[in-house]
Amino acid sequence: MAEKKHTLSVLVENTPGALARIAGLFSGRGFNIDSLCVAETLDPTLSHLTLVTRGDELIIEQIIKQLRRLIDVYKVVDVTEEEEFVEREMALIKVRAEKETRAEVLRMCDIFRCKVVDVSPRTYTIEVTGPQSKLQAVIELLKPIGIKEIVRTGLIAMKREKKSV
Amino acid sequence: MTGAQMIVEALKREGVEVIFGYPGGAVIDIYDELYKTPEIKHVLVRHEQGAAHAADGYARSTGKVGVCLVTSGPGATNTVTGIATAYMDSIPVVILTGQVPTKLIGNDAFQEVDITGITRPCTKHNFLVKRTEDLPWVLKAAFHIARTGRPGPVLVDLPKDVQQGKAEFHWPEEIRLRSYQPVYDPHPRQVERAYRLLESSTRPVVLVGGGVIASGAHEELLELAERLHLPVTMTLMGLGGFPGTHPQSLGMLGMHGTYYANMAVANSDLILAVGARFDDRVTGKVDAFAPMAKIIHIDIDPTSIQKNVRVDVPIVGDCKRALEKLLQIVKEVGRPEKIWREQFKDWWEQIEIWKKRYPLTYKQDTEYIKPQFVIEKLYELTRGEAIVATEVGQNQMWTAQYYKFDRPRTLITSGGLGTMGFGFPAAIGAQMGNPGKLVIDVAGDGSIQMNIQEMATAMEQGLPIKVIILNNGYLGMVRQWQELFYERRYSAVKFQVLPDFVKLAEAYGALGLRATRPEEVEPVLKQALESDRLTLVDIHIAPEEGVFPMVPAGRATTEMILV
Repeated sequence: MAEKKHTLSVLVENTPGALARIAGLFSGRGFNIDSLCVAETLDPTLSHLTLVTRGDELIIEQIIKQLRRLIDVYKVVDVTEEEEFVEREMALIKVRAEKETRAEVLRMCDIFRCKVVDVSPRTYTIEVTGPQSKLQAVIELLKPIGIKEIVRTGLIAMKREKKSV
Repeated sequence: MTGAQMIVEALKREGVEVIFGYPGGAVIDIYDELYKTPEIKHVLVRHEQGAAHAADGYARSTGKVGVCLVTSGPGATNTVTGIATAYMDSIPVVILTGQVPTKLIGNDAFQEVDITGITRPCTKHNFLVKRTEDLPWVLKAAFHIARTGRPGPVLVDLPKDVQQGKAEFHWPEEIRLRSYQPVYDPHPRQVERAYRLLESSTRPVVLVGGGVIASGAHEELLELAERLHLPVTMTLMGLGGFPGTHPQSLGMLGMHGTYYANMAVANSDLILAVGARFDDRVTGKVDAFAPMAKIIHIDIDPTSIQKNVRVDVPIVGDCKRALEKLLQIVKEVGRPEKIWREQFKDWWEQIEIWKKRYPLTYKQDTEYIKPQFVIEKLYELTRGEAIVATEVGQNQMWTAQYYKFDRPRTLITSGGLGTMGFGFPAAIGAQMGNPGKLVIDVAGDGSIQMNIQEMATAMEQGLPIKVIILNNGYLGMVRQWQELFYERRYSAVKFQVLPDFVKLAEAYGALGLRATRPEEVEPVLKQALESDRLTLVDIHIAPEEGVFPMVPAGRATTEMILV
């Protein structure tokens, strides 16, 4: 069976140890985590967790069931299985910006609608938001110029609301 | 009320009658309250592992939640093997551990260990209580989680200042956890699909697992099997879930299962698995497992379904309710029994051929005592009515093969984790929960030594447990593997020194008996069964006797080594 990337949306009790349980489940059962993103929800007793993992159909089924089995886990949705969903990730990229490349970097920012959030004599720090494909494109284009540091948030995702006609 | 008082009050409200434990600095306040609470019996063990296994044995034999109380640090870590044992076999146990005061947590304080961290992967859930006022709710939740859904161990870590702090006691009569809602009722359409598969099958087998015992579904199972005339095989954990003496029983399947059970499963066209999880010891090589069979899988834990084998009809729910529903359909459709019999007639003929070809058997010997003979005698003399605990290894497999368990909760054995040293303390728990009943521990000379210190506990409580040591001077199961698969290189399996078990028994004030020749087995067992105190029977068995049939690990279950 083919391995596929899945984005899971998990609502979990906001209690100490809940995240450790989830992380432990993945390491203990040999599942992969590509990225993990956690924050409080509108209801402060619940946290929302976006988890990107990969595996064939049976593995993903096991991962979802094992997550649901945890006492602290309230809800698990495989966003990838939804018809339409929005995925976003943010990255902060510190890129070398010497005299001869400064203009080039800014042009690139413009094209990709990135924001320059910090400027130093030899670097720009760029904020880029979008689907992973866009982040990947920006990173590839900036690489030859010289990326000094990069920090990514990991993916977050949400199901699109049905559009009524 | 102090935290310690609240803990003891909560235990009373949960109906706890007995606790297995060992005191220490971090639980001294709880022990002080227990001192004033004669209605809760405390059993002082000699090692905390014993306490965890005893609580487990109590739970397995009674169906109630077992409770174990230990101190922080080493007291807590000593229970870990016991917790993992209960977790693998889905046994409801609540483990209360002391913890250093909250302000010292994380400080590497004396006897501090992160026990909730350590036990996270081997408990159903665990709690670290940070405020005294949370105690009633947490304890109520702990018992609730332990006994509902797929049962399992729950650990509650209790810092000393939480025990000493004061708060009002508010006992929640009901508890509802939004994130924990086990599904009990099966999906009706799935059950209907299951029925239709049964109706169209010609070679069905029922596979009974520990879930049948956990949910008390044995009566429904028996009714269904008899009405439809279905052959039934059991996993190790399922033994007793269906009467072992029933003509439709094929005995245990898997690595040391009967020839006919493995052949029936391998050639079946339909498997109705009830509360079994298709463990590797049951399936052998998964790709070759029951290649022609459709599988109906009833289990309360969705993760068990589709984990190891592909399932055609998944039924998530309580085994008892699912079987009730299935029986209801059987009755509504009202197909006459005669037609069911007719449908499976050829299949039964085939099974009878397999049964005749390779029955469960061993070669008698006039010189050496055969372990299978000991178990058969034990079965005969107890009329199959004892609660039998086992250790792990050959002693466990011979017991599973030759003691025909007819009723649930009569075999107490560590199936999933395979914990040596489990049987004896578990027998202590079983005897505490079943006073007046005959409790036996079938042991090997290796595993009995892993928790032999609990003899003092059994003597102190006046428990007339009979320990039958099948003594071959070897770690027999490992020796058997070395014989068969490692060209007889017997690495580290021969004990150069064994204690004199008879003298050892006497040293503890127990009765010690010995048999070294076949003709001594019956009189010595009789004497042991008549004894009214803890009795150790040292039976010297044929040293290189093996457990057969045997499916080598990782092979198809049809590739059996037969005697």
